[in-house]
Amino acid sequence: MGFKKFLAKRAITMFGVLMATLLVTIALVGANMDSISKQSVTLEIRQQVTNNKSLLSSFKTTDQMDSYIENQIQQQIKSLGLDQPWYAPQRIGLSMYKILTLDFGHAKFLTSDSGSSDVKDIILEKLPRTILLFTTATVIVSVIGIFLGAVAASKVNSKIDKITSGFAIISSSFPVWWIGVLMIFVFAFLYPIFPARATPDISVTDPGYLGSLLYHMALPLITLVLIGFGSWAYLVRNFLVGVLQEDFIMAKRAAGIDEKRILFSHALKNAAPPIVTILALSLSGSLGGAIITEAVFDWPGMGRLYFEAISVLDLPVIIGATYVLTAFFLVSVFIADVLYGYFDPRVRRE
Amino acid sequence: MSFSARGIWREFSHSKIGMTGIVILAALFLMSIIAFVTIPVEIFKTWNDPASWLLYPKSAQPAWINYFQSEKIPEHLILQPQSSSQQLSSVYVLTDSFAVNYQYDGFPSDFIYQYTAKYIGSPLLQLSVTRPDGIELHLISISLPFSNTETTYTSMLFSTQNVIVKNLGNDKNRYSFPFDALSSEKIIFSKLDENKILKGNYVFSVHLYDVSGKPTLEKSNLVIGGKVFGMMGTDELRRDLSVGLLWGTPLALFIGITVAIGSVVLGLLYGVFAGFKGKATDEILMRFNDIIYAMPALPLLIILAVTVGNSVFLMVGFLVIFGWVGIAKVSRSMAMQIKTLQYVEASKLMGQKDRKIIFKHILPQLLPYAFASIAISVPAAITTEAGLSFLGLGDPTFPTWGQILHDASSYSAAARGMWWWILPPGILIAITGLAFVFMGHAMDVIINPRLRR
Repeated sequence: MGFKKFLAKRAITMFGVLMATLLVTIALVGANMDSISKQSVTLEIRQQVTNNKSLLSSFKTTDQMDSYIENQIQQQIKSLGLDQPWYAPQRIGLSMYKILTLDFGHAKFLTSDSGSSDVKDIILEKLPRTILLFTTATVIVSVIGIFLGAVAASKVNSKIDKITSGFAIISSSFPVWWIGVLMIFVFAFLYPIFPARATPDISVTDPGYLGSLLYHMALPLITLVLIGFGSWAYLVRNFLVGVLQEDFIMAKRAAGIDEKRILFSHALKNAAPPIVTILALSLSGSLGGAIITEAVFDWPGMGRLYFEAISVLDLPVIIGATYVLTAFFLVSVFIADVLYGYFDPRVRRE
Repeated sequence: MSFSARGIWREFSHSKIGMTGIVILAALFLMSIIAFVTIPVEIFKTWNDPASWLLYPKSAQPAWINYFQSEKIPEHLILQPQSSSQQLSSVYVLTDSFAVNYQYDGFPSDFIYQYTAKYIGSPLLQLSVTRPDGIELHLISISLPFSNTETTYTSMLFSTQNVIVKNLGNDKNRYSFPFDALSSEKIIFSKLDENKILKGNYVFSVHLYDVSGKPTLEKSNLVIGGKVFGMMGTDELRRDLSVGLLWGTPLALFIGITVAIGSVVLGLLYGVFAGFKGKATDEILMRFNDIIYAMPALPLLIILAVTVGNSVFLMVGFLVIFGWVGIAKVSRSMAMQIKTLQYVEASKLMGQKDRKIIFKHILPQLLPYAFASIAISVPAAITTEAGLSFLGLGDPTFPTWGQILHDASSYSAAARGMWWWILPPGILIAITGLAFVFMGHAMDVIINPRLRR
């Protein structure tokens, strides 16, 4: 199987996953969404009729008015396509098409900071913040992790190796969000260095906004790094220990190339495929984890948006956010696959 | 590769890390048993009912912090009475006395007397206190509502009631400082020469006088308010945290172990079936597996919890849905290897049924891997459930550690420094996870000898 065919197959699977996730989401929230939309139609039409004085005076009895309103509601429901259940093929097709073209409609309750209720605007406003926080964290974590892992691998069973492994196991069994709560306790209460809430308290248009954002970002960032680098170092160490036992490393050693160079340029290069894959995967994984982490720190990103949307059941936002989160997740899984296939040709030929 | 149960156990018992895991797990099981025995499930189910926690203090630190402090913080005391009764000519007298050795460096925040009396007529209830220096202070006397027939009456007396301060005014000249604006407990527990705490034995006595019949006190508790309480303290809603933490143990173990076993059994059967059948069946099953594998679990779990329901059992089911996929992948590739072994091919040639081959020849070979994966899947299940509960999506009838943390964060316990509310649940989650990680790690070393170096 050639690389192109491999890529095509992966891409089709990814697209299938995206569609499946959307279908599941729509199936789960569809019935609720319909009843909410119908209610809002009813409300809207009743308001229209009661506000229209001339129309109101043309009715002789209340029955007449009621039947008129009922008629109007039915027409409106029909024109919106709500007379058919959410699982009717053309409705699902229509909503999938809309979502694919990034038309998520309008949010029911939530708005963006600038006041727009268009789901696309809301998401575009929150997404960069999530990317800023989690990408920065992942980059820092991977740099520390790779360095520490390499050092640990070069001195297997040394003190630094044991400390790294122990720290990795212990740090990964604490939930990130709990460490977050703890960090707030230590650095916002005991030693009030950082703010407890990560939402900047000045408006977006203020020139000091970026600085304030970065200052508020510090505590979540430190937490993510602290909890993340241990398991990174542990993984890198395990890959490198394997590579360092290969014959070609022996040969380099015999040739008298110094140990540091072997470790950082030769061994690390060979351990690259799995490391790069994990980098891509942990980027996407952190986006999912963002929901809880952002809730803890009150970081105004996608995760908190998603949580808020769930708690008020704002369905267009839920669907839009699920789509974006899933798409990001899949894109990074795809990139991971591609990189792995690129670095390690064996994957392409099964 | 072939394993005997005894051989695995022999190796396992030599693994220090594995035994540590077993010891921690045993301790957690012990905690669960203590929870079952000491706290009936009915009491635990009132966890979210504020009415059942009225006698408890609000946001009290654990009592043991007094050992580390030179100034002893007053402890919140819920006192049980010593009852006695006597008959003076035609008057029945019932006495409940509450003795307390008060050795704290601060005044109690208040005191409450809660009682349920059963009587005929209109008995008189008197509350008085004898201080360490022998002075007896009369606090309050009230007559209970008249009744012709036998009746029960429940009420409370509060230290904040004005009449108590007024009654204390009778003893004003014993004290060398003015009473104005002092609340009653600051007078009762004070030295005479200055307004400082007088340590020593206090005896609160409740007398119930009745002429029409012998009254009884069915419930009688004196609560002396303080700022520390019990082993683990209390939260903002006055709940005794030790109850929630203790009951959280069996729940976490139940969720973790059920999800792990469910996912491993499902994944194992699915993977082995796909690997054994091969060809189109394998392709279809594995593509389906890929789809679930690549779905973002947490967002979908949240949607499921919101739309379908959030009982503990449903939660277990949802976690299994996303838990089995990885195991299915690994067991598929293992099954593909085993199926090419000669004895499996031989039994196939002899006309053995597929089902029998899978259950007799392939699955037993995967058992050690299955046990290791069960141990490794438990922590993830526990932390995911805790995370969902932390977001407020947990089962309200069975509060877990995650839910305690959810309440803590919604009352911003961290920013207010309520460490006793946030530390223990997280540590318990981590310890439970670690126990299984340790055991899984020890199993892994036995199964994959390559890891040993």
